[in-house]
Amino acid sequence: MRLLAARGEEAKILAGGQSLMPMLNLRLARPELLIDINLADQRPPSRTGDLLRLPALTRHRVLLEHDLVRQHSPLLAEAIRHVGNVRVRNRGTIGGSLAHADPTSEIGCCALATQAQVVARGPDGERTVPVSELFAGYWSTTLAESEIITDVLVPVARPRQGWSFLEMVRRTSDFAIVAVAAVVELGEGPGEIAAARVALAGVADRVMLADPGPVGGTADQDLDLAAARIAETLEPASDVHASAAYRRRLARVLVARALRQAAGRATGDAR
Amino acid sequence: MNKRQIVLSVNGTDHEVWVFPSGTLLDVLHDELGLADVRYGCGEGVCGTCTVLLDGDPVNACLTLAVQAVGHPVTTMRGLMGPGEVMHPLQECFLRRGASQCGFCTPGMVLTSLDLVRRTGRPTRDEIRYALVGNLCRCTGYTKILDAIEEYADQ
Repeated sequence: MRLLAARGEEAKILAGGQSLMPMLNLRLARPELLIDINLADQRPPSRTGDLLRLPALTRHRVLLEHDLVRQHSPLLAEAIRHVGNVRVRNRGTIGGSLAHADPTSEIGCCALATQAQVVARGPDGERTVPVSELFAGYWSTTLAESEIITDVLVPVARPRQGWSFLEMVRRTSDFAIVAVAAVVELGEGPGEIAAARVALAGVADRVMLADPGPVGGTADQDLDLAAARIAETLEPASDVHASAAYRRRLARVLVARALRQAAGRATGDAR
Repeated sequence: MNKRQIVLSVNGTDHEVWVFPSGTLLDVLHDELGLADVRYGCGEGVCGTCTVLLDGDPVNACLTLAVQAVGHPVTTMRGLMGPGEVMHPLQECFLRRGASQCGFCTPGMVLTSLDLVRRTGRPTRDEIRYALVGNLCRCTGYTKILDAIEEYADQ
């Protein structure tokens, strides 16, 4: 941290290296100094009360296989299956992924949908930042230059809560054209929804939460309406992978499917 | 930045090498140690031709710095072979099934699928496909590779 504070933007933190190293190999980044934090922290995932504490250097493979993660954040465990390939998952880390702030990040999507927070440590101490306030645009965060992420805190999944992760890719392990993470919490009455959170990747300069508005209930037409409302608010970019119109259409279809699946899981009737 | 001397354990042998701190494990294995079975493909971790086992787990040698491998045993495909370059049984399955044409992807395919079989015993064909999404082959169409891995897993 002293090195980082002293060298400022000349320095880059090297965590798992599965995004930064390709950028170096392609000469897209030319930092003067790499600070390798691998092995700096070997804590395993743990649970305290309603929070799953994932140390920033937790590798994707651990997220995929660890019992605590599978049990308390099945959304994250499922989404990790779509991240990179086996070699990337053996080295890549959750903190590194969030700090890299890729706008197509599956992990960022899940962190938003689960209302996760990151613990950031800087020269002046520690602070907790909601992931909803972490991303600032393409590959940039609101963290100060001298701050690093030390932990990711994920609220544990609760009863009467359902989840879904869906994405569209041309080939498995590609960057997502559109990815959706959804969490639905049931209300007291039958078919009532207390809260629905939808996070999207691939439709903006960052992964983002989308407001589904008031969702009437778990009926398919209510969920489809919410998906349509979300799609109308999106302003995705066109690029070589997909047009803006296709991305908006895809977002509507995937959000509708994700809400149906999440609502189904919440009511114990997985569809 | 100056070169520094490090010791790498590769295929069971310790090697003293001089490396730049910014040098990748791939460059050291291929260029310094002459291991032609570790190959530069994409440099982005996508193609799988530089796959090596680090502490027994498949990793991208192109995305790992050589200095990061100090104290962590490295295995390349050659390290699977017995004395006198006797082929590993999985390599024999590849040969028998015609799962290797130009051969560029073969070391990565062998190391990745060996790791899969070690972990899961008898993976399904879909599980093999999923494990190999990060290993690209432009010759075989993959079918014979899947056949070879299934034959090995059945042994």
